Amino acid sequence: MKYTKLAVSTPEGLLFGNALYPVTTRRGLVIGGGSVIPELNFTLPPMSINSDTLTAIGEHYKGIVTDAIEHARHLHAPGVIFEFETLLEMTQTPSIGIELVKIMNDVCEENYIKHGFKSEIRLTPNDLREFDRPPLNRTSKYLDAMWELFDKGSLAGGDLLSIESTGGKEIHDDALMTCDLKTSIFALSVLGVRDMQFLWSNIVAIAKKNNKIAAGDTACGFGNTAMVLAEKQFIPKTFAAIVRIITAVRTLVAIEQGAVGPDKDCGYEGPFLKAITGTPISMEGKGSACAHFSPVGNVAACCADLWSNESVQNIKLLSGMAPTVCMEQLEYDARLMNQALKHGKPAANLLQQLLAESDQALDPQALILTPKNVITLSEEIVKGENYIDASVRAAKKGLDIIEEAYKSGQLLLPEVEVMWIDMLRDSLSDIPTDESKFVEEMLPTLEGKFIPSEYGL
Amino acid sequence: MNTELLEKLSECVEFGKINLASPYPPQMKGQPGADEITKEALESGVTPTEILNDALIFAMNKVGQKFSENKIFVPQMLLSAKAMGASMVHLKPFFANGSVKRKGTFILGTVFGDLHDIGKNLLGMMVEGAGWEVIDLGIDVKPEKFIEAVQQHPDAVVGISALLTTTMVNIKPVIEAIRAVSPATKIIVGGAPLSEEFAISIGADGYGKNPQEGVIWLDKHVN
Repeated sequence: MKYTKLAVSTPEGLLFGNALYPVTTRRGLVIGGGSVIPELNFTLPPMSINSDTLTAIGEHYKGIVTDAIEHARHLHAPGVIFEFETLLEMTQTPSIGIELVKIMNDVCEENYIKHGFKSEIRLTPNDLREFDRPPLNRTSKYLDAMWELFDKGSLAGGDLLSIESTGGKEIHDDALMTCDLKTSIFALSVLGVRDMQFLWSNIVAIAKKNNKIAAGDTACGFGNTAMVLAEKQFIPKTFAAIVRIITAVRTLVAIEQGAVGPDKDCGYEGPFLKAITGTPISMEGKGSACAHFSPVGNVAACCADLWSNESVQNIKLLSGMAPTVCMEQLEYDARLMNQALKHGKPAANLLQQLLAESDQALDPQALILTPKNVITLSEEIVKGENYIDASVRAAKKGLDIIEEAYKSGQLLLPEVEVMWIDMLRDSLSDIPTDESKFVEEMLPTLEGKFIPSEYGL
Repeated sequence: MNTELLEKLSECVEFGKINLASPYPPQMKGQPGADEITKEALESGVTPTEILNDALIFAMNKVGQKFSENKIFVPQMLLSAKAMGASMVHLKPFFANGSVKRKGTFILGTVFGDLHDIGKNLLGMMVEGAGWEVIDLGIDVKPEKFIEAVQQHPDAVVGISALLTTTMVNIKPVIEAIRAVSPATKIIVGGAPLSEEFAISIGADGYGKNPQEGVIWLDKHVN
């Protein structure tokens, strides 16, 4: 592992709007440079994507960006990032995705020239490789289309490059449903890490070639799947909290490979990355209720540099189109945080403290995301002699934090959850730190579910 | 009927005791599980129908109830399903010769263009636990694959799921394709972006807000 000490070692230093290494976009938005900037995410309403609907789709995306910028300007927002997370057909046929980037970028550019309003597009091609089961992560026929979209899409105006990568997910979904922490660690810290190394070395190369920003990844398909399952009370929240901690070890690899941030909004592991590497992060909280519920609506803002809404359908609400509504909500959140920053660090730290305290006692997933606990857990991660060791250490520490908070009355935990603390701790006791031993041990139980050679094993 | 054995078997399924070797649940460690007790029950003359209805489905109903009341999580329910599966292995010959019958057949799949399957898998497990035979067609399932399965199992009920706003619209052509070859086939749909109104508008017979509702709908409307 590249990082052996924290870039930010105090909870107070892990502050919203401020990263140790800010990132400046081509139109001059400084992410993590002293203010919080909204990041708007959106998707199509229920409709098919085919040759007959392409014009209408283009109009949807143009309308979203046009209306959002107009309203952002009206609200005196300092700028906005638009995340364009492509849908299946837009990646499979890269020309569709590229054209949509161009349509949106033209609106951004027009507003920059006419009004000096700064906006950028984060281009996030969806990871097509999971269409094959088990996926062919390194030899997939889908990779060519993904690389083409990264390359030509960035030239068409996608200034920040991201992906929600899925390496290891083919075994992780089952691990979630069975609360199998050992397999979860294998999926994230062996398969996930190896896949991230492969993917991000390529994405960083494309970004360098095109003078674009290799932003970052998200373990959404792992950590947020766990969070949503816990929200539905399908799995224990304690388990989801521990999975979240482990996802940080996996997503960190993008930065080790040269990504500079901001990581993707739905990566709630972002605060750990910010503490370890000093890169800016995007986060989503209460504003993402339009896409999914979560127990971390306020605490998620503690360290955010971009503040996002996850995704919203382009449908009409009473006040306007839903993305424009989200634009306003995000800007008001960002405005409050930026006002606190203007009052100086004590005021900003007080707001940070309130954001954390309002969530931390109600759910272990919120508890582990408070700046104080993020620092404690990140310290464990960087002590790890490798990715597996880092994951196990951080998971153990996470369980200690949850147990201590529960026993001291600082965390509400339903009785049905409590037995899982010991069960999960037990499951960490026999995980080999050595990767080849771990692989040898896991292979027989996972035969046919993943292809070792697709992970360089 | 050997009530004691049926009660023991029911307890094994309820608490997820698969066989003698399985360490879970800790309070039943070292005791025979669903595997051994089913064998013993059959040898002692308990009928396969009694085993299925009075032990397995009875226990899984209790498990489903506990899950609905948030007293257990999915992993515990999965262990119960595994224990039921261990018992069902011994009942297989009786299903094959027709001396014992399931409630029906349920064909299940995620619509084409969509890769999400956690909710679908959960529904499949719960439906199976409720006494149905489940045929899981997987993810990204094209209309032809659904039709093929319906033609092989003409009395089956079909379940179709989607998780995206751009794939939920794919369910309608699948329903139309199924109805073109089998107009009487009952179809239930589900998935995060769907609603009852949407289900009705595309011609589905039922909508499950969650897996539990799916099972209730099947039992209520089909049997």
